[in-house]
Amino acid sequence: MQDRKIPLAWLLLTRQPLRLLVAIAGICFAGILMFMQLGFRDGLFDASVTVHKLFDADLVLVSPRSMSSISMSGFPRRRLIQAMAHKDVIGTTPVNWNFLLWRNPQTLSTRAILALGFEPGSPLLIDPNFAEKAQSLKNSGRVLFDDLSRQEFGPVPEWFSEGRIVETEVAGKRVRVAGLVSLGPSFGADGNLITSRETFLKLLPSNPPGSIEIGLVRLSAEADHEKVLRSLAASLPNDVKVLTRQEFIDFEKNYWRTSTSIGFIFTLGAAMGFVVGCVIVYQILYSDVSDHLAEYATLMAMGYRLRTLFGVVAREGIFLAVLGYVPAYLSGQALYALVRSSTKLPVAMDPQRTFLVFFLILFMCMASASVAMRRLVDADPADIF
Amino acid sequence: MPLNFANDLETNVPTVQIDGLSHWFGMGNTRKQVLYSVSMKIDPGEVVLLTGPSGCGKTTLLTLIGALRRVQKGELSVFGLQLRNSRRKTRQIIRRNIGMIFQGHNLLRCLTAEQNVQMGADLLKNLSYRKRRKLSRNWLVEVGLEDQMEKLPHDLSGGQKQRVAIARALSASPRLLLADEPTSALDSVTGREIVSLLKRLAIEQKCSVLMVTHDPRILDVADRLLKMEDGMILPVVE
Repeated sequence: MQDRKIPLAWLLLTRQPLRLLVAIAGICFAGILMFMQLGFRDGLFDASVTVHKLFDADLVLVSPRSMSSISMSGFPRRRLIQAMAHKDVIGTTPVNWNFLLWRNPQTLSTRAILALGFEPGSPLLIDPNFAEKAQSLKNSGRVLFDDLSRQEFGPVPEWFSEGRIVETEVAGKRVRVAGLVSLGPSFGADGNLITSRETFLKLLPSNPPGSIEIGLVRLSAEADHEKVLRSLAASLPNDVKVLTRQEFIDFEKNYWRTSTSIGFIFTLGAAMGFVVGCVIVYQILYSDVSDHLAEYATLMAMGYRLRTLFGVVAREGIFLAVLGYVPAYLSGQALYALVRSSTKLPVAMDPQRTFLVFFLILFMCMASASVAMRRLVDADPADIF
Repeated sequence: MPLNFANDLETNVPTVQIDGLSHWFGMGNTRKQVLYSVSMKIDPGEVVLLTGPSGCGKTTLLTLIGALRRVQKGELSVFGLQLRNSRRKTRQIIRRNIGMIFQGHNLLRCLTAEQNVQMGADLLKNLSYRKRRKLSRNWLVEVGLEDQMEKLPHDLSGGQKQRVAIARALSASPRLLLADEPTSALDSVTGREIVSLLKRLAIEQKCSVLMVTHDPRILDVADRLLKMEDGMILPVVE
């Protein structure tokens, strides 16, 4: 068979550069819209678990009444000690979790910050450098400040790195910043601080001392997580729920996905981008076919098959998809970087979304092409004589 | 008619065989008959010229033979393949073996002269890209356009476009050439050259030619002259 032919689809597109440019701009716009909406959606879901991902735990105990990180309920700390009785459990960390008012040391205005209280002797975060920093929390009234917190909390990281002593008020009580950690703001919390349980209870005296919001459980290396989870769930009273690390993360994401309108809003935004793109590509391909109808009819009169001509339109669709996707991808990258630097949300180009958007654009172009092909059937070779 | 004759059609049958072919345009009250029981035959390698006043049905006859229209009544077979109630595939095979030179030349606007001709050559199977390209160039040289190969139809004169269309029709190695006033846009010298070229092709490649023309200067190339009037072919006057 013939190996090479005249790239008719390509020439049809490129001999009208202005129209091609409009088409590419349209597809690119639709692509950017999809990238941004899906990026925001996934970014917000990911952002809701920035802290969750950092915990050093195999299993997590939470109260069944806890709905999400912004509404955590307490459960008796004794449950962790009971969990220790299981032979595969090698360590536990009780964590208090609540929102407290932080006073900006510069402007003196207050803002809610997520405060985590834990036992400085036991591990909390996966970060290996953390244990050393945690030692400074053994003194009362000391906190570790999250240097990725939003700027509204004051220039704490800058002051601290300059060697200044940073003191401010949390929940109306004086604290001193003893170090910096990097956690990152999440959907519910604009900033984070970590302190000891002792300080935490001082800041929040109404909190019952025997009550915690999260219990981190670490298992021995050879333990079967599922099995331990089942036996713990069976042995512990039902005032506590046992989750794997992943379930704990999903539990939080799921709250934002199902109990808020965020997921719907952004998915709808992406769908609109898709529809807009479809309309644009269809318009371009349809008018292209209409304009060249006499030429398509000529080709049919010469003995080209209808199938070959369908192929030409389909190839035009593929070219448009690729030509539109490349600038959409690059703009998406640039806009993600902009979003990251201005909102500190973890919005990034992940391979899954890269493929998804490409697939959607390709689908959009091919669907439009196949509708435009119907116009080809109208090409009557008898008309051209 | 079996379809596997597709690529080597029988050569010992008449190229065109028409028997009692009638054709109407329009529907109902506005229905108008344009062809009245036309019968004719073209043998391989024969050059037939068709003349007659405009509106007498010449072009309709040409499009029917070119498998561009549905046959309504009568028998019409091309290369031995019956066109009445034919399948799309049959019509496509017939079209592929017919070179058509349209009155409105119908070049592809987005292709250069050379690429337009190559669209014809691309219909040939078992030829490499290089060979098809060479073939296209040769045909353009034959019609005297060796200096215009890279030009778009937009930049060519009417006569040059006409010649590109002729080169395109020839490049597909047709077994039958249907031409509707191929010399109308050409001056007498070029017109003469083109017609001689078609005649030579008919002899060398046993390609039949059916040409509609009003041009009295080229009537001498014809093996046979047919006159048409009011949808009927007049008795042959030798």
